Amino acid sequence: MRQRRALSSLRSWLTLIPWFGLSTTFALADGPRSTPTIWAPASTPAHEIYGISLFVLLITGTIFAVVGGLLAYALIKFRVRDAEDMKHEPAQIYGSVQVELAWTVIPVLIVVVLFLTTARIIFAIQDAPKPKSALDVTVVGHQFWWEFRYPKLGIVTANELHVPVSTKSNPEPTYLKLLSADVDHSFWVPQLGGKTDLIPNHPNQMWFDPDATGLYLGQCAQFCGIEHAKMLIRVYVDTPDQFQAWVENEQKPGVQDPSVAAGRHIFETEACVNCHTVRGTAARGTVGPDLTHLMNRATIAAGAAQNTPANLHAWIKDPNVFKPGALMPAMQLSDQQIDQLVAYLTTLH
Amino acid sequence: MADQTLPIPGTLDAAQPRLGMLEWLHSWVVTVDHKKLGILYIVYALFFLLVAGAEAMAMRIQLAVPSNHFLSPELFNEFFTMHGTTMVFLVGMTIIFGIGNYLVPLMIGARDMAFPRLNAFSFWLSAFGGLFLYFSFIGGFGLYGMGSAPDVTWWAYAPLTAKAFTPGHNTDYWALSLIVMGFGTLGAAINILATVFSMRCKGMTLMRMPLFVWLMVVTSALTLITITPLTAAQIMLIIDRYLGGHFFDAQAGGAPVVWMHFFWIFGHPEVYVLILPAFGIANEVIPVFSRKAIFGYPAMVAASIGIAFVSTTVWAHHMFTVGMTSVGNTFFVLSTMMVGIPTGIKIFNWIATLWGGKIRFATPMLFCIAFLFQFLCAGLTGIMLSVAPWDWQLHNSYFVIAHFHYTLAGSFVFCIFAAIYYWYPKATGRMLSETFGKWHFWLFLIGFHMTFDTMHFVGMFGMPRSIYTYQADRGWGTLNMIISIGGFIQAIGVLLFAWNLIHSYLHGKEAGNDPWDAWTLEWSTSSPPPAYNFAADPVVRSRRPLWDIKHPQDPDWKYER
Repeated sequence: MRQRRALSSLRSWLTLIPWFGLSTTFALADGPRSTPTIWAPASTPAHEIYGISLFVLLITGTIFAVVGGLLAYALIKFRVRDAEDMKHEPAQIYGSVQVELAWTVIPVLIVVVLFLTTARIIFAIQDAPKPKSALDVTVVGHQFWWEFRYPKLGIVTANELHVPVSTKSNPEPTYLKLLSADVDHSFWVPQLGGKTDLIPNHPNQMWFDPDATGLYLGQCAQFCGIEHAKMLIRVYVDTPDQFQAWVENEQKPGVQDPSVAAGRHIFETEACVNCHTVRGTAARGTVGPDLTHLMNRATIAAGAAQNTPANLHAWIKDPNVFKPGALMPAMQLSDQQIDQLVAYLTTLH
Repeated sequence: MADQTLPIPGTLDAAQPRLGMLEWLHSWVVTVDHKKLGILYIVYALFFLLVAGAEAMAMRIQLAVPSNHFLSPELFNEFFTMHGTTMVFLVGMTIIFGIGNYLVPLMIGARDMAFPRLNAFSFWLSAFGGLFLYFSFIGGFGLYGMGSAPDVTWWAYAPLTAKAFTPGHNTDYWALSLIVMGFGTLGAAINILATVFSMRCKGMTLMRMPLFVWLMVVTSALTLITITPLTAAQIMLIIDRYLGGHFFDAQAGGAPVVWMHFFWIFGHPEVYVLILPAFGIANEVIPVFSRKAIFGYPAMVAASIGIAFVSTTVWAHHMFTVGMTSVGNTFFVLSTMMVGIPTGIKIFNWIATLWGGKIRFATPMLFCIAFLFQFLCAGLTGIMLSVAPWDWQLHNSYFVIAHFHYTLAGSFVFCIFAAIYYWYPKATGRMLSETFGKWHFWLFLIGFHMTFDTMHFVGMFGMPRSIYTYQADRGWGTLNMIISIGGFIQAIGVLLFAWNLIHSYLHGKEAGNDPWDAWTLEWSTSSPPPAYNFAADPVVRSRRPLWDIKHPQDPDWKYER
C-alpha cells in the first residue's frame, strides 16, 4: 500500500509527457465514450498493475532519455561538416575491455531491480488467499458469447456480469473460474485487472474486487473465430443492495404472462428450445445464452446490439445483421411469428 | 573442383554475351550461383512485401473508423492471418537468407556457397511453399466456400485449428506450406553454416569475419533449433486433422497449451532469427558511414551468441495469460529481462562506434540511425511487456502489435532498407537515387511513427488485436484514423522505393567497385561481381582487408587483438 501511494505520486510527472497527453486528448475528442483504459484502475489487481507500470515507465523512460540523448549527441557532435572534414579518416578505436565491463554491469543492476519488483507483484496478485466472503462465478467462453454461472446462488446468465462492490469494511472479491466450451478465449476488463485465457481442458482462475460501482467494459482478447470482435463483456458493479435485488430476481423462474402465450408457443415448438433455456418452461437448451431474464440485460448478441424489441426482431430474423457468422441460425419465421416471439421475450424480466 | 562433363550453369558460362529473353529466364531458373539465388530470394521477398503491405492497407481502411463495412469479417481475418504469415515467412525469412546468400561468400572470400545445388533447392522449396500458401486465396475450400485463405491467426492456436472449428482446407494450406518453407529454410541455414566453417579464404579466421557473417552464423544455428519444433507442431496438427490424433483436441483429452509451447518455442527465437541479421547489417553500415572500426568486435560477437542462447529460454513470455503458476511466470520474467543485457551491450557499442567518428548521412546510414532509436524503443517496450503483471493487461492488445512492429518494421525492415541502399550498387553496378532514397526514408519514418507510436496508446486504452471492428463509444476512433493515415504514408514511401529500384537499375549513376569507400572483401571485386567472385583468392590479415590496402602506413592488423 505504501509503495502504491509513493508510485501514484509519480503520476503527475508522467502525465506531463506531452506525447502521452496529446494522445489522451485525441482519445477524448471522440465524444461520449466509455474507454476501457488501463489507466483508470478500479480494483486491487488493477491498482497493483497500475503501480508497477508507472515504476517501469519511469525506469524505461530514464533509460530512453539517457541512451537516446547520448545517441543524439553523438550524431550531432560527430557529423561530418564539410568536404575538408571528409579528407581525413578519424582516429580508429577498436574497443576497450574496461568500458565494456562497465556498461554490462549497469543493465544487470537494472534487471535485478525490475525482476524483484515484478516478482513481488506476481505473487501478490496470483497467490492472494481467497477470503471466505468471496463470490464465485464460473465463466464459460463460447463462440462468441460469455456464459456466467453463479454456482452457490443457482444463477445462469450471459454476457453481462453482475458483481458486488468490495469495500474495506465489507470486502467481497469476485473469483472467476474460467472454462471454455470450444476454443481459446480471454477474459479482459482492463479497469478490473489483467486478462486470463479460457482454454478448453485447462481451467483457469482470476479475481478482482471492484472498489467503485458502475459499468466496466471489456472484451474477448484471444482470437476465437469469425466474430471474435463482437464478443464483448459488460461488468456491472452493484451496491450490495442492488446486487441482492438482482440475485433475487435472477433466482426466480421465467415470468409467464398468458397474454403472450402465442409467442411462448412458437418458442417452445420451434428450434429455439434446442439451444436456449427459460427456467420454468420446456426450454432447456444449453448451447446458447440462458434467456430466463433476458430483459434484464441491456444488450443482445454479446454486446453487439442494444436490447430493444426492434433489434430482437432483426436478430431473430437474421443474426448476420449484427454479427455475420454468429452461430445462431436465421429462424425462417414469418414477420408475424417473430412479432409474437418478441412479445413473449420482452416479458422475460 | 569444376566438373568437366557437367558444366554448372550460371557459374562457368556466365561470361557469355547477350542472351535472348528465353535463355535469360532459363538461366535464372536453373542457376546455382549464390548471387543470382540471393537476388531471386530478395526480389521474391520484396514482391511479397508489397502483397502483405496491401493486405495491411486494406485492414487499415477497415479499422480507420468504428463499425466500418469495408471488409467482411471473413476477409479481415484472412488478411491479418496472411499478413503475419507472409511478413514472417515469405518476406522476413527469405530476405535474410537472400542477403546472406549474396553476401556471405563475397565477404569471406569464397567463390560460392558450400552446396550450390542445395542452395537452389532451398530457394525453390521456399518459393513454391509461399505460392502454395497464396493459392489458398483461389483454391482453399474453407468454411465459406472456395477461395478461403487461412483465417486462424499466424499463431493458429489450437483447438481453433481443429476440424470441428475450421472445416475445409485453408488451415491445411497454412500448415503444409509452413512445412515446405521450413525445409527450404533449414537447407539455407545448413548451407550458410557449412560455407562459413569450410570456405573462408586464407587468413580469414573466425574472429576476422565481418560481423554480418557472424550474425548470419548465429541466425542459421538458431534457425536449425527453432524450425524443428514448428515443423513438428505442424505435423501433429495435420495428424490431428486427418489421422485421428488428439494432440491438441481438448474434447479427447488433448492439450491446447502444448501447441502454444511448441509454437512459441519456435516463435520467439524466430524474432531473433530475423533481427540478428539486421544487427549484422547495422554492424557493416554504421562503421563505414562513421569512418571508424566497429567498437568492441569481440563483445559484439559474444553478445550475439548470448542473445541467441537466452532467446531459447524465453518463449513462455507469450503465455503469461494462459494460467501458468506464479513460479513459472517469474522464471520467464527473469529470462526475458536478461535479453536486455546483451542487447544493451550492442546498443552501447554502436554508440561508441559513432563516438569520435565522422558521420556521413547517406541513405543507408539514415535508415540505420532510425533503426538505433527505434530498436531502443522496441527494447524498452519489450521490458515493459516482460513485467508479467503489466503483460496481463497489455498482452494481445495493440500495445503488443506496436511493440513487435517496432522490432520487425522499425528495426528489421529499416535495416533491410539500409542493406538494399548499401549493397544495391554492388549487385547491379548502379547507385540508387539518393533523392528518392531520402524521400523514401522520411515518408517511411513519419508514417511509421504516426502508425506505431499511436498503436501503443490505443492498446493501453483497451483495444485488443485481431478485431475487425469496434464500437464508436470505446473512444478508439480518432487514434485509429491516425494509425491508418500513417500506414498509407508508409505505403507511399515503399512505392517510391520500388520505383527507385527499377528506375535506378536502368538509369542509375555508375557505381564502380567501391562507392562507399568501405572495408570488407565484397567491395574489392567488380560491381556486379563476376560469377567466380574473385579473380584470385583473396588473402586477409585483419577484419578490414580493404582498410589495410587503403592505409598501408596504418593497417588494422597492427592494432587488432
